[in-house]
Amino acid sequence: MKKLMLGNQALAQGAWEAGCRVVSSYPGTPSTEITEFASKYPEIYTEWAANEKVALEVALGAAVGGARAMCCMKHVGLNVAADPLFTAAYTGVNAGLVIVVADDPGMHSSQNEQDSRFYARSAHIPMLEPSDSDEARWMVGRAFELSEQFDTPVIVRMVTRIAHGHGLVEVGPRREVPVKPYEKNIPKYVMMPAMARSRHIGVEKRENRLTAELAELGLNRVEMNDLAFGVVTSSTCYQYVKEMLPEASVYKLDMVYPLPVEDIRKFASQVGRLVVIEELEPFIEDTLKAAGIACEGKKLFSRQGELSARMVGKAFGVPMAPEGPKADFAVPVRPPIMCPGCPHRGTYYAIKKLGLSVTGDIGCYTLGAAAPLSAIDSCVCMGASINMSHGMGLARPEDAKKWVAVIGDSTFFHSGMTGLASAVYNKSKLTLVVLDNRTTGMTGHQDHPGTGKTAKGEETVALDIETVARALGVKDVFTANPLNPEDMEQALRAAVAVDGVSVVIAKEPCIMLTKARKPSFESDGQKCKNCGMCLKIGCPAIEKREKGVWINPALCTGCGLCAKLCRFGALGGQNHE
Amino acid sequence: MNKLDLLLVGVGGQGTLLASRILGAYAVKMGLDVKINEVHGMAQRGGSVVTHVRMGFHVHAPLIDLGGADAIVSFEALEAARWLGYLAPGGMVVTNTQRIAPMPVITGQAAYPEGVVDSLKACANTVALDGAALALEAGDLRAVNCVLLGALGAKCGMDMAVLEQALVACVPPKTVEINTRALHMGAQAAQQA
Repeated sequence: MKKLMLGNQALAQGAWEAGCRVVSSYPGTPSTEITEFASKYPEIYTEWAANEKVALEVALGAAVGGARAMCCMKHVGLNVAADPLFTAAYTGVNAGLVIVVADDPGMHSSQNEQDSRFYARSAHIPMLEPSDSDEARWMVGRAFELSEQFDTPVIVRMVTRIAHGHGLVEVGPRREVPVKPYEKNIPKYVMMPAMARSRHIGVEKRENRLTAELAELGLNRVEMNDLAFGVVTSSTCYQYVKEMLPEASVYKLDMVYPLPVEDIRKFASQVGRLVVIEELEPFIEDTLKAAGIACEGKKLFSRQGELSARMVGKAFGVPMAPEGPKADFAVPVRPPIMCPGCPHRGTYYAIKKLGLSVTGDIGCYTLGAAAPLSAIDSCVCMGASINMSHGMGLARPEDAKKWVAVIGDSTFFHSGMTGLASAVYNKSKLTLVVLDNRTTGMTGHQDHPGTGKTAKGEETVALDIETVARALGVKDVFTANPLNPEDMEQALRAAVAVDGVSVVIAKEPCIMLTKARKPSFESDGQKCKNCGMCLKIGCPAIEKREKGVWINPALCTGCGLCAKLCRFGALGGQNHE
Repeated sequence: MNKLDLLLVGVGGQGTLLASRILGAYAVKMGLDVKINEVHGMAQRGGSVVTHVRMGFHVHAPLIDLGGADAIVSFEALEAARWLGYLAPGGMVVTNTQRIAPMPVITGQAAYPEGVVDSLKACANTVALDGAALALEAGDLRAVNCVLLGALGAKCGMDMAVLEQALVACVPPKTVEINTRALHMGAQAAQQA
């Protein structure tokens, strides 16, 4: 029976059908839903790991232990997991190990646009790439089989449009795959130099064998049509080609590493013009050119962002429908913003009031960089806020007390603790503000080591951030309510005055998590002087109007931050006397 | 009807996703191939959001292209204007008249344009509805998406009985009555508009 499924859901379904028993992941757009859907199957043990390196090592341990295991992450998560990735290619597996990486061409919700296919090549790990939901389902099953057949982890690469696209899926039953016996095997699993040298030879042999046997694996397909024009493509680009160039002959890749170079050479010899259509880097194109296969690719398409059917059509002169009409006015931009009632807003307000500069991190709170707050100076990767703040203090000791680092609670557990330990050890003077909203907000409210709940919704230990910070050697830890500006300001003042590492925990649950709506505030037209004070916090519920501000009752959550800032007592209303 | 490309646009948090699920279920019930595409994560935080719904005999590309949408369903008037370039020649706009000020308007750096709906009507076949008022009348403000779907269905020649079945299959059981009422009120309002 066909069901309409999100690509990520279809992938979880495929893992379940393939007898997967263990999933360990860290959330990251656009990969998060795979693990959320996996957690709904009783047969799959599912967990949120503290970070992607932990997740991959857990999954590797399970696979070596004999259970089919999977680990999911976004593209930058694979950077974190790169350490076990490269060596897992040497150890190989016992039961199947599938690593899912979701790239984000166009950077809808990411800090860079890296192309994960290069990881497959440099780690010598096979990589499959689905082009719709149903392929996501069956490819993960094939990935488990290949993993066991060739004794290697296998990567499945998603992109945003496949991960967050719904399509029809032919669902099947679960195939129970018993846990395999485990046998101690020091030369295989203990990667000391002597053993690793021999395993490295094995990696090369395995890849050669896989390449030689590619034709028998039932992956990749040739759709011969117009012999004058051939396209090599995969993933979403395959769909754009089918939409815009239905006459073209197509070499459709299911496996993008290793590439079936000799088979493509044959295809190239059968067609006139050969074009590679791929998003991001010329990964396939460069491989073909290095093998002496003449083709075109990135001279026709950008390396930036996503491609589209229109771009594919335009490159080959396909007639296009005209663009739709334009409104006769300029449409103001609508960038993403922190939600009404978001506690981060109060933290940034206090930080700005004290004139502090901020090294930022990855999460909803990165939105503090947007106007009118414009509160953040840097955002690079998970955990970087702490270490960049320490570095900033080394470069500019005279400014050491003018900087703070901000990090979310989930990010703190992901990669903040090591930085904090390092800062204490190296006599840093940094102040760290942990924006503790009791969840992983940006990716849609996943649990983490501090929440007291597992991915399956079971009760567990909740790690306490203050206790962790003290255990890491921080003597001065302050806790404040970010929606109380005085409280927050006081804590920040005390923290930056400390001669050494200090931590402020700005503790208030995410408004989207609690949905705790209090009665909305109103602006008193008689009292409002239109001074603009309340507009400084950039709350979407407060709108500047000619005769004073107006509070949108449909958006206001009643958090009261604006009322605490108003010097004229103009913000209140009948519910807030 | 053998093909329908629909763009659902609005502001993050307005609930465009449920509307797209109902349309997806409709396509399945009609025996059509369907693809729905949306963006999660940061874009959902109060920003401009778009969902592409494509149904037909066989759907390849996950996204609708510029000049390709048979209809744009807009949950907020300004967002309809933002995405107009996606409208196919002869395509239709179904828009909620609700306005949500974007940040530059909130802070006074830009003005919310006047006469947005009139401007839409001047350049495209447009149905404008006070979705919030109709949803409230149906029984719950959150039924705005079903009001808009009703209007869309009526104007695009969708099978309303099947659309209702799809709705019933997708919304929480407790809200079936209100949402069904909202669907029919939307359809009626669109026919009178």
